[in-house]
Amino acid sequence: MTAPEPVQAIKQRRDSALASLVGAVPYAQFLGIYFERHGDELTAILPYDDKLIGNPQLPAIHGGVIASFLEVAAIIELSWATIWPDLEAGRVTPEDMAQNLPRLPKTIDFTVDFLRSGLPRDGYARARVNRSGRRYASVHVEAWQDNRARLFAQATGHFLMPQTG
Amino acid sequence: MNAQNFINALPFAKALAMRLDDLGNGRAEISMPWDARFVGDPATGVIHGGAVSALMDTCGGAAVLSYPGATTTATIDLRIDYMRAATPGARIVAKAECYHVTRNVAFVRATAHDGGETPLASATGAFTFATTEAKP
Repeated sequence: MTAPEPVQAIKQRRDSALASLVGAVPYAQFLGIYFERHGDELTAILPYDDKLIGNPQLPAIHGGVIASFLEVAAIIELSWATIWPDLEAGRVTPEDMAQNLPRLPKTIDFTVDFLRSGLPRDGYARARVNRSGRRYASVHVEAWQDNRARLFAQATGHFLMPQTG
Repeated sequence: MNAQNFINALPFAKALAMRLDDLGNGRAEISMPWDARFVGDPATGVIHGGAVSALMDTCGGAAVLSYPGATTTATIDLRIDYMRAATPGARIVAKAECYHVTRNVAFVRATAHDGGETPLASATGAFTFATTEAKP
């Protein structure tokens, strides 16, 4: 019987795989979005920045920033959920991913509900893959600022999965 | 307000280097250059859908504000259909119109083009609508 993989090696493997996935999206870097991971659960974080404002009178975060944040969170979650089994089984290594990034899902459509104005502070989002087939996927995303139960936006999107082989 | 002031008043529209090309009577045209920082998939150089959403949202909001009597607006919901990938390097032009306005809601549709034969995306949205007239 082989010894279990040391916890640090597991974390290192998962974190570097996630970093190469997120690092591959220039627009996510442009918005300052990053991800926290607990096991396989991801939380997207949008740190507040003055350039994200859409209504300086209120002030409020631009609706386009909120839509972008939710779409980035949905795509990364969907990609992450797809890669996870291969990553855990060792069929894909973070080194493979850094060398040859997995193709990202393509957005078919994306519908955003703007529930409250985005306050000038950090935002958080979690996405849930409701249906993931070989070709199509449906993902729901929720975003909040101060209170997890008081969403400031939610969205549903459909995606075309990258075809392998 | 002149066209460039409109964009300059919106920090994020300025950050995406948007340009207001036409505005009036519930219609707006706003464009955005291709920029490596806005790319969603480096393998293809295609602009991220989120940046296209931001352009459509800004253009929809501008169309509402240009409707006679409008004062302020906010997006209630926005749906974007991505019909094809944006051509890398090409400027994206969004056109939006308020096709129906009630006392409190403006209904908007928009398309995004990049010079190709077909639009790359279309959008429909509902925006809050408020006028200068006092409400009962």
